[in-house]
Amino acid sequence: MNSIPQLGQSASGAAIFCENISRTFTGTGLVLDRISFQIQPGEFVALLGPSGSGKSSLLRLIAGLDRADSGRLAIEAAHGALSRGFVFQEPTLMPWRNVLRNTTLPLELVGWSRDNANVRAEEELRRVRLADFSARYPHELSGGMKMRTSVARALTTRPNLLLLDEPFAALDEPTRHGLQMQLREIWATLRMTVLFVTHSVTEAVFLAERIIVLSHRPARILLDESIALPPSRTEALRTSVDYITEIRRIGNAVPTVAEGL
Amino acid sequence: MTFRARMASFLPPLLPLLLSIAVAETVVRMAWVPSYLIPAPSEVFHSLVDDRIELALAAWETLSSALAGLVLSFAVGTLFSVALSSSDLARRAFYPYAVFFQTVPIISIAPLLVIWFGFGRPTVVASAAIVSVFPIIASTLLGLKSTEPALVDLFKLYSATGRQTLWMLKIPFALPQIFSGLRIASGLAVVGAIVGEFIGGGGLGSVVDSARTQQRIDRVFAAVLISSLLGIVLVGAVNLVSSLSLSSWHTSERKSS
Repeated sequence: MNSIPQLGQSASGAAIFCENISRTFTGTGLVLDRISFQIQPGEFVALLGPSGSGKSSLLRLIAGLDRADSGRLAIEAAHGALSRGFVFQEPTLMPWRNVLRNTTLPLELVGWSRDNANVRAEEELRRVRLADFSARYPHELSGGMKMRTSVARALTTRPNLLLLDEPFAALDEPTRHGLQMQLREIWATLRMTVLFVTHSVTEAVFLAERIIVLSHRPARILLDESIALPPSRTEALRTSVDYITEIRRIGNAVPTVAEGL
Repeated sequence: MTFRARMASFLPPLLPLLLSIAVAETVVRMAWVPSYLIPAPSEVFHSLVDDRIELALAAWETLSSALAGLVLSFAVGTLFSVALSSSDLARRAFYPYAVFFQTVPIISIAPLLVIWFGFGRPTVVASAAIVSVFPIIASTLLGLKSTEPALVDLFKLYSATGRQTLWMLKIPFALPQIFSGLRIASGLAVVGAIVGEFIGGGGLGSVVDSARTQQRIDRVFAAVLISSLLGIVLVGAVNLVSSLSLSSWHTSERKSS
């Protein structure tokens, strides 16, 4: 399924075509209701919606971890083979492996030699500024460091599509802000397609170039718009008028909790 | 640990032991209880010293049989659990029999074992293996089925093979449970070995049995004392292996200091 650019190469983005995707789960019923959108290679898209709206279900479909009941879903790499990276809500590290070995895992699974895997993993750990912690075990790390390890692990295969499922929701605010900026940096360097699921309007506006807003279950697309903010997202942006204006604009489109009850 | 801290942790369980020894000695010496029911602790001690070679040989025989039974049940139990965890149908078909098997009292099948394996060690080893296999199956199966779902997804994302998922994810994840099953099984293996020896002959089981017929209650007590010591040794050995292999990561083994 995933084939990986060799050492030193970097991948470009992937395009996603999503047409009338529906998904029903036994128990919860219809979760995704004829979802259609297209994402161009190299876009940074936030998938925004209230909790339980089916954004994670949609992400799992795109990750290939689940299948849609109907509709058409196609994901194509702009160049070469498709490779997906996934960052879960929890860091999901293996407690018996240190940071380096956790990071090399995807490469081991696809049959890389240990030496090559180490070179690539160390490169990605430098990118998330964890190079000095490669021998530590997960229980010796802070929540932010665990999540950075998880991001480095997703980057080792140089994915042309990076999927993130509310990865920073459980972190404290300064850590979350730091990781958001790191993710923007990573995207600016590697230019893969990023699909970022979140329920936070401020996070979506800060990170993404484009936001797709989902309704309460069954999820339909309420809004699909570009974000009018400069490409460089710094800490100063968080207090700018433009940022606040965008938050207000997008926030108005997001269904409130009361509407879902 | 300092000497003081060591004493502080050993003293509380030591006190009741010393107290009960003193009480037993007094009760027997004063002839309040006939000495053919309860031996004076000093007599048990003499028996331990006088028959030390015979008791040591018997203990070694029991220990080695229990260990052989434990190795056998670990091998069979682990293979069985891996097979059952990989197929839902197999688990539903066979697991109820594993549970049923556990409820059959070992003492009632021990005569059968003699018929099948004859007198001697094979019967004893089989008996130890039979009583110790179920806890291994139950906890290994539980461990293999409790793998974190997100990690299973991660392996799926990179198209991991079944073998990779088993060796790199499921077994390491199940290790704490595998060890806790082994801990219970190691105590039971000694029980199984001694029950086997009552009927199949040899080891501490025979010592207890013959001492009983000779009305040597002190020897019975000496053998019982040693057999419980064997259980402690085996459980201790499992604990040691467990903490060595899990110390780097698992919470239950991590020192809180």
